[in-house]
Amino acid sequence: MRTQASTAPDQHDRPASGRSARGRGTGLPPLLVAPAVLAFAFLLLPLLALVVRAPWRSLPELLLSQEVGQALRLSLVCASSATLLCLLLGVPLAWVLARADFPGRKLVRALVTVPLVLPPVVGGVALLLLLGRRGLLGQYLDAWFGVTLPFSTPAVVIAEAFVAMPFLVIAVEGALRGADRRYEDAAATLGASRSLIFRRVTLPLIAPGISAGAVLCFARALGEFGATITFAGSFPGVTRTMPIEVYLALETDPPAAIALSLVLLGVSVVVLVSLRDRWLTGSAT
Amino acid sequence: MSRRGVAARCVLLAAAAALLPACAGEAGPPGTVTVFAAASLTGSFAKIGAAFEAANPRLAVRFNFGGSSALAQQIVSGAPADVFAAASPDTMQTVVDAGDAMAPQVFARNRLVIAVPPTNPGKVSQLADFADPDLTIALCAEQVPCGAAAAKVFSAAKITPVPDTFEQDVKAALSKVQLGEVDAALVYRTDVLASGGKVESIAFPEADQAVNDYPVAALSSAPNAAAAESFVAYVLSPEGQRVLADAGFDRP
Repeated sequence: MRTQASTAPDQHDRPASGRSARGRGTGLPPLLVAPAVLAFAFLLLPLLALVVRAPWRSLPELLLSQEVGQALRLSLVCASSATLLCLLLGVPLAWVLARADFPGRKLVRALVTVPLVLPPVVGGVALLLLLGRRGLLGQYLDAWFGVTLPFSTPAVVIAEAFVAMPFLVIAVEGALRGADRRYEDAAATLGASRSLIFRRVTLPLIAPGISAGAVLCFARALGEFGATITFAGSFPGVTRTMPIEVYLALETDPPAAIALSLVLLGVSVVVLVSLRDRWLTGSAT
Repeated sequence: MSRRGVAARCVLLAAAAALLPACAGEAGPPGTVTVFAAASLTGSFAKIGAAFEAANPRLAVRFNFGGSSALAQQIVSGAPADVFAAASPDTMQTVVDAGDAMAPQVFARNRLVIAVPPTNPGKVSQLADFADPDLTIALCAEQVPCGAAAAKVFSAAKITPVPDTFEQDVKAALSKVQLGEVDAALVYRTDVLASGGKVESIAFPEADQAVNDYPVAALSSAPNAAAAESFVAYVLSPEGQRVLADAGFDRP
């Protein structure tokens, strides 16, 4: 949501009749500082507790274990694939939602965000009911092509994409709505084809929004647990991603679970920081 | 001590003698008793809770059902619980070791069965079929009690299973069978009974090697210690045991 608001160009941000102090005032309204600090502490302190309680001494040994390496590799591969899948399908969907005018568009838009509110485990069951061995589509996949998706790595990618795609679609749609269409109009009057305009004008214009959406999407996919374990199951090296490894470790060895969570945390921070510049550009344009 | 004893006896009496309203109504400890119980006890403990409330009108029972290990974790971290009923003695031991429970008592036993979808598409008939790579098999992860029991059974039977997934708890394994996504899974007998005919069960002799004990204990930090004791007593009473037997548990 944040990106949606911030990528909007300034012209319709403020009505002309805005409060007089608004334009000139520079400092932060003091009333906002306290809740802002509280919010930051609220988000940060639990993570700090993880770091403080982490078994630092046994950490290297844990991290070098085969299962962790396997789970981490699988998580990264699956989250990247899911993000790619979301980009390939989600950007066109966002474009349709933002630009096309058809009856029921509002309903479609609402339906797209359903996976955001659906408990992920229910999402996993829904995927099983559609793509499972006895699922609506899955039974034909099995009968005609001998393909069964559950308990396979592609199933992990599908589960993660299902849960993460709305993040990308919403971010990109917001960017598209905020983008100045006059550039596209200008390109059209200069004789550019629609697909050329999309590739050379629209896409670069909304690139910050896309990368912000992709980062959110990747982060959500990396942490995905419920839909994955329900639809794809949990088998070392095939479907057992880091969050599932963490969950299982929590059953028997909570310190190990903390260590594994730290790894996941570390990876996501590295990814977020490495994409930070693009993210910030996204907020500034 | 004496009050607690009276209360417990009262409950027992009430249970055995088909209710003495005066006794139950006046001497039972008032308030709420919070029971943390293993997920596999969901159905039977809900029934026991209702009967317990009927016998103790001044008491309300609140349940928190979940994976035993997660519940133990919550208790050790200070969750305000009165009673803990676990699906494995090891899990209970972590709570005892942390000083949060004393003298747990085994109140039920559970055994594994093979669960298959209604038409048994994989034609599973015995434990050895779990070694068939062509079948889709779900087992519980070894970190959770049903997975540990399954591992014990397989090693006793000298069978190397080839599962396709290690589920995070027994209900997850069972739902994979219900949906027909796997040809077979090892689950507890009580889970199959609770599913109400949506899966079929096949008993196998090797299950004797890994019978699961369920311990229950009143917690030392119980906010309502008297009520905790009477609930534990009720679970161990003939009334409570009957409910558990109906659900498919063996007597300890």
